[in-house]
Amino acid sequence: MIGLPRPLYTALKLAALAGVVAILAVLPRFMGEFRVGQFTFVGIYFIALLGLNILTGYSGQISLGHGAFMGIGAYVTAVLTLGRKGLVLFGHHPPHWLPLGDGMRPALTIPIALVVTGIVGLLFGMPALRLAGVSLALATFAVAVSLPTVAKRFEDVTGGGGGLSLPLPETPFGLHVSAPHWLYYEAWGCAAILFVVAWVLVRARVGRAWRAIRDGELAATASGVSPALYKTLAFGVSSAFAGVAGSLLAIQVAFVNPDTFPLSLSILLLASVVVGGLGSLSGVIVGALMLEFLPVYAQHPPLFGQSFSKQAPGVVFGVVLILIMFAVPAGAAGLLRRIVRPLTKPVPTVSD
Amino acid sequence: MAEFAQQIVSGLASGAIYASLALALVLIYRSTDVINFAQGEMATFTTYTAWSLMHHGMSYWPAFALTLAIAFAGGVAVERVVIRPVERRPELVIVIVTIGLLLTINATIGWIWGADVKAFDSPFPNNTWDVHSVTISVQDVGTLGVCLLTVFLLWGFFRFTTVGLAMRAVAINPNASRLLAVRVGWMLALGWGLAAVLGAVAGMMAAPTVFLDPSMMLVILIYAFAAAVLGGIDSPAGAVVGGLSLGVVINLLSRYVNFVGTELRLPTALAVLLVVLIIRPQGLFGHKVVRRV
Repeated sequence: MIGLPRPLYTALKLAALAGVVAILAVLPRFMGEFRVGQFTFVGIYFIALLGLNILTGYSGQISLGHGAFMGIGAYVTAVLTLGRKGLVLFGHHPPHWLPLGDGMRPALTIPIALVVTGIVGLLFGMPALRLAGVSLALATFAVAVSLPTVAKRFEDVTGGGGGLSLPLPETPFGLHVSAPHWLYYEAWGCAAILFVVAWVLVRARVGRAWRAIRDGELAATASGVSPALYKTLAFGVSSAFAGVAGSLLAIQVAFVNPDTFPLSLSILLLASVVVGGLGSLSGVIVGALMLEFLPVYAQHPPLFGQSFSKQAPGVVFGVVLILIMFAVPAGAAGLLRRIVRPLTKPVPTVSD
Repeated sequence: MAEFAQQIVSGLASGAIYASLALALVLIYRSTDVINFAQGEMATFTTYTAWSLMHHGMSYWPAFALTLAIAFAGGVAVERVVIRPVERRPELVIVIVTIGLLLTINATIGWIWGADVKAFDSPFPNNTWDVHSVTISVQDVGTLGVCLLTVFLLWGFFRFTTVGLAMRAVAINPNASRLLAVRVGWMLALGWGLAAVLGAVAGMMAAPTVFLDPSMMLVILIYAFAAAVLGGIDSPAGAVVGGLSLGVVINLLSRYVNFVGTELRLPTALAVLLVVLIIRPQGLFGHKVVRRV
């Protein structure tokens, strides 16, 4: 078998990463504003899927509620951007004890959305992770279904069914780029930072603990790893990622309402993570591209008539999900690895 | 007081629907060890099938019976085709497969029948009985009766037939059952078939009040999850008791507690789910999971 020395292998990986970053950096120059907007969504989904992959791919838990956690991040951004004045202006009456501020620059609300959603995730994860197995999937499924009704009930803050409109996005600091381009770089900038965070996390002590729990909870416990602690931590981190994605989404579409984050979004997020590859951070990009572009392209050639083309993304995602579980559980990344590995496999060294 | 009693009766009727679906979840959990996230969509699919049968001129009860037969065959087929290939794989894989099923079936329903809401006939007259000044709707009593009759028949099947006994044996110890010449694979498929039948009953009983649309069972599925966890996820009796009590409690809360109202019914079920998981993870009637290393 052909092999590559380990330093060369690492260099190749870094080169591939640099290539992707370079492509993403110049991409908006070659396309119209609508296309740029679509790739902004790819960046947003990329962040949400990174978080979900930490949870599902690395710690072995399933969340069917990540769309809802995106929703929480989006509402944090919307409410803080408008501030108390803005909410009152739209005819809402937020309770006095809520610290809403007087309106902020949207970009500055992103870290707040990260922290708030992360804390909500931690608090929610504690009871939900007590049972082994799928209790988290159950509880998050219920969250995804209930978020819209909760948002409608507390309309004094969330604007109810009518939602909240944000000021149209504009470029800050007098930079000479158009608003869509600014949003693109904002989203992908966050994505780059969070990718590095995720990369460091899964290789650190905490990442090893997650994988130990995923691969054998009993063995991990016996080695002194507390499953409850690390699973809750994984859920907190992944909700924080979802919160950032939701916050960026709110800024991008300049509008939030209860139906922006339906259950179907949560389910498609999970499907995309599986398609990209569980336990592969770079595979996430495949999932994000598919999540954004499959619904667009599946509807265009009406293969089996109009009524099918509307449902096509669901059918395709569902069938692909099942087939992947049958044949290539490691997803697109696993498939690539299987093809490329024989060519690039590092030559074993003595230390291995 | 009369209104209170009325609320209890209508709570029992919706509770019976939750109980049927919860029991379906428990049946599959006991045999396959997973939560079937596609249970609600399977039920919706069969309810649409019933609608089509009636739309083509069949009267209610023959269509009802034929739908149950179709549901049974469909449930068995799903297990054989989709679940069997991943049967021995980790839990995560099977759960993702059921989520894939959920997506596929939901989209297929929209493809075949369209996404607009349809009315669904009820077999029961739309009038009420007065018992000691308590007004009871015949619809509620009928729903409760049909669901409980199904559960009762199922109990008889598990208690008094050889096949039922074999299925219980497989749920407890598949390897020992296989040594005793029980066809384990087919027993699992049978379990999926029966679960689909229960789902079909729940769907057809719910449809007259919630109307037919592709996501009609979604909310009911959440209640069923909560009911199953409340009763103990591995306890059939628990699922029935959990479903009925959840129906009553939620009905009373949404009627008498202003904060809950109609909008927070679903989050209340979620709260029940979380509280049970915190205080008593094994539910009211479930068994504590003991693991040995």
